[in-house]
Amino acid sequence: MARYQSILEMIGDTPLLDISALSPNRRVSMLAKLEGANPGGSVKDRAALRMVEEAEKDGSLRPGQQILESSSGNTGIALAMIARVKGYPLKIVLPENVSVERRQALDVWAADIIDSPGSEGSNGAMRRARALAEQHPDWWFPYQYGNPANPQAHYEGTGPEIWRDCPEVTHFVAGLGTAGTLMGVGRYLKERNPEVQVWAVQPPTGEMVDGLKNLDEGFIPPVFTDNDGFDLLDRSKMIGARESIEWTRRLTEVGVFAGISSGAVVAAAAKCAEEIEEGVIVALIADGGWKYLSTGAWTGDLDEVTERARRIVYF
Amino acid sequence: MPVDVRLPTVLRPAAGGAAKVVAEGETVGEVFADVVRQHPGLRDQLLTPEGTLHRHLNVFLNDDDIRYLGRLDAKVSETDTLTLMPAVAGG
Repeated sequence: MARYQSILEMIGDTPLLDISALSPNRRVSMLAKLEGANPGGSVKDRAALRMVEEAEKDGSLRPGQQILESSSGNTGIALAMIARVKGYPLKIVLPENVSVERRQALDVWAADIIDSPGSEGSNGAMRRARALAEQHPDWWFPYQYGNPANPQAHYEGTGPEIWRDCPEVTHFVAGLGTAGTLMGVGRYLKERNPEVQVWAVQPPTGEMVDGLKNLDEGFIPPVFTDNDGFDLLDRSKMIGARESIEWTRRLTEVGVFAGISSGAVVAAAAKCAEEIEEGVIVALIADGGWKYLSTGAWTGDLDEVTERARRIVYF
Repeated sequence: MPVDVRLPTVLRPAAGGAAKVVAEGETVGEVFADVVRQHPGLRDQLLTPEGTLHRHLNVFLNDDDIRYLGRLDAKVSETDTLTLMPAVAGG
């Protein structure tokens, strides 16, 4: 069915595209789950909607109530669209060093932006949001890093969709942010077939968060530990900005215009394809490329674009 | 054999400001022992009092998180690089 009453009904059920033309091993297929097809433009529509709906159900979110969340971008944008449609005012704590388009997208949905220091990254934004939430107990704070509705959206949505469209999947590769996607999809797929391997991908964080005073200010999301993430994951890859951009560009060869974190995910999927004899890899493309055009990722000199990407949060 | 160990900004003060330490060992654990011998201030940043990996430290052997390669027992060879990073989240 392609006729809807509400834009929110259009969240999920995203396409799975065969991108095996990019596989370095002809015995390994690669498929891309195109989450940029969600109406808010990213995979985060799923978690944001689920968190809102669960809170509406249990009464912790009431009509017209102020919502507060921290986000490096996509969760904020997803919540902003949903809040706009449902009539909630929204404040997003956002690190200063996100791409200009992420900020503009929040403006589209009339969200209030509260800046947090770029040198503290998403963790700094989260700490700020937690402090604000404590000062304003009348606000609803979804807390995506610890909200079970986040992985649940993927356990009940993204995971079953992948299994429906590709039961032959042997490997699932996705970016590690809140861990919601990896925990939800990973748990679902492993319950269906314990042989499925789950690979996480993350960017180097060392320089990005140089405002950290010590390692104890680091953070592992409760969504990760509550789901036994260390046991659930089979591998975790670090993919740098240059390689991420190279693969973001390569994705255009198969017509996929994706964000920079998706370049990292497909780079890791290609390494996986090189390592295994044969298999079927599903890579999660978290968003489209629109929000990263200002970085020049597709057209600029690779060295310059890499430097620019290193200075922003793109995961 | 010597491997390069790259330190994030947050750990450099404990290593006299160095961004890179060259250390010897056959496993990540042995390399860490050599790093700590050179920079004792890093001991409590890298490891817990029990000698396991610090909870908020991610260690990548080339581009692979060692938590999925046998942790401190992961084997290293001469051309490898260990990159240390604080655990932070996105979203």
